[in-house]
Amino acid sequence: MKTIRIGAGAGYSGDRIEPAIELAQQGELDYLVFECLAERTIALAQQARLLDPHGGFDPLLGERMRRVLPYVGPGADGTRRRLRIITNMGAANPLGAASEIRRIAAELGLPGIKVAALTGDDVLATLQQWPEQTLDNGATLSELGDRLISANAYVGAEGIVQALQADADIVVTGRVADPSLFLAPQLFEFGWRVDDWTLLGRGTLVGHLLECAGQISGGYFADPGVKEVPELDRLGFPLAEIDAMGHAVISKVAGSGGRIDTATCTEQLLYEVHDPAAYLTPDVTADFSQVTFQALDQDEVQVRGASGRARPEALKVSVGFLDGWIGEGQMSYGGPGAVARGRLAEAIVRKRLQLTGVACDDIRSELIGVSALHGDDLAQRAQGEPWEVRLRVAARCATKNDAVRIGNEVETLYTNGPYGGGGASKSVRQVVAVASLLLPRDAVALQVHLEEVA
Amino acid sequence: MSTHTKLRDIAHSRTGDKGDTSNISVIAFDSADYPRLAQWLTVERVTAHFAELLDPAGPPVRRYELAQLGALNFVLPGILRGGVTRSLALDAHGKTLGAALLDLEL
Repeated sequence: MKTIRIGAGAGYSGDRIEPAIELAQQGELDYLVFECLAERTIALAQQARLLDPHGGFDPLLGERMRRVLPYVGPGADGTRRRLRIITNMGAANPLGAASEIRRIAAELGLPGIKVAALTGDDVLATLQQWPEQTLDNGATLSELGDRLISANAYVGAEGIVQALQADADIVVTGRVADPSLFLAPQLFEFGWRVDDWTLLGRGTLVGHLLECAGQISGGYFADPGVKEVPELDRLGFPLAEIDAMGHAVISKVAGSGGRIDTATCTEQLLYEVHDPAAYLTPDVTADFSQVTFQALDQDEVQVRGASGRARPEALKVSVGFLDGWIGEGQMSYGGPGAVARGRLAEAIVRKRLQLTGVACDDIRSELIGVSALHGDDLAQRAQGEPWEVRLRVAARCATKNDAVRIGNEVETLYTNGPYGGGGASKSVRQVVAVASLLLPRDAVALQVHLEEVA
Repeated sequence: MSTHTKLRDIAHSRTGDKGDTSNISVIAFDSADYPRLAQWLTVERVTAHFAELLDPAGPPVRRYELAQLGALNFVLPGILRGGVTRSLALDAHGKTLGAALLDLEL
């Protein structure tokens, strides 16, 4: 029976690169998928694109492609599987990303590689015709006004399938639902009907398990003394071997670090899941409630039991908007009485912000700390209370001027606050928030743009 | 179960975030412990443990059971106070919440 092998090359934008290259070299893969878009990544990328029209895609795209492109295709001797790449690293500019990939491929002397960009998820212009649409946070689009940065629909596997049918070696997209990046090659290779909800549910489960890369192979898991994981410094990323019935085995490259067993798989199954019987994607309402895992060998787990029901009617759109500024300041106190001095400093800052009329929408303050100030030996002298604390004050303000004053007020504790405050730090950042709304499917028109490397 | 003192001794956990909602899975190391875990680790216990972090007027904590995996899944709406993008918290994702739940005394 035909099987395909799909690997996960990234679980987020800044993820490690060598585990992906290890998979490309030794995973005998048909597909390597890089999932790099968190909730507000596109909004940030859209801001980058406003500054540079050729930018707006993943900052690590170039480095990742330079390393992985030599493995794309069937290989020089034609004996191994043909490797193709699927990624959402296009972010706010899939066409720009595709052009950058072609430029790198040409530079590496790799002619003939076919690069496809998928567009259509960017629905900002469409939504501007419907200013009365209400977001899940209660605001209408028109209320956001010029604070509105981006609006991208979570699209399903369909566009990527079209690109694969056009024989693309590399498919680069903007916003696509994470599991759909993995479902697409399964739909394409096995010819599943797009309304075979059981198979789509199974394929979506594979995507869900792989989409965070190292999180199923031992990352986000180790708890010394309770849950041990070998060699986390060279954690191997996962791959799935899948058959035409959507049955899958999760594993990793032999000799890589980490671990894959029923415990790591169960944790990742429920990661970011609410009702396990209704995991919504643009492709299917997947049902993970009856899933089982069986260890076949070391670092090899068989997955069974997913199913599905009809897909949701509408598409979810993620809307990015500017939402004020967050200012922050920190200051440390150590030795006997550190907690009391930290609390005194906290009270002073809060009162000063009131006295000087700093307008905050929200503020919080707390004490952090274990062994930053005086090494481990002195830190162990603490009896009953911490040896050191670090005051942290953070507030969200409508204006940058007010946000700046949060850190400044903390810094003034040096000369105006309690005894022995040290190591002040401060920062200010603009808040890019996201909210969502639902959009009819026919308002989104996907388009595949395929070009071969000259 | 009697020789164990904390939830961490019999179960492991992972926390995920979506918007301002957190979900925390609690998975028995030994499936033989699951029936007692499911009976004991109620929505009320979890709500009480995180009382300081939850909005008392907000939507209630929900629990889903996956007996075949020895797992419970708790959904805690509003606990991320504005969500990853707007939160003032040091751990805006709430990634550390599961470890805090494992401290529950059995």
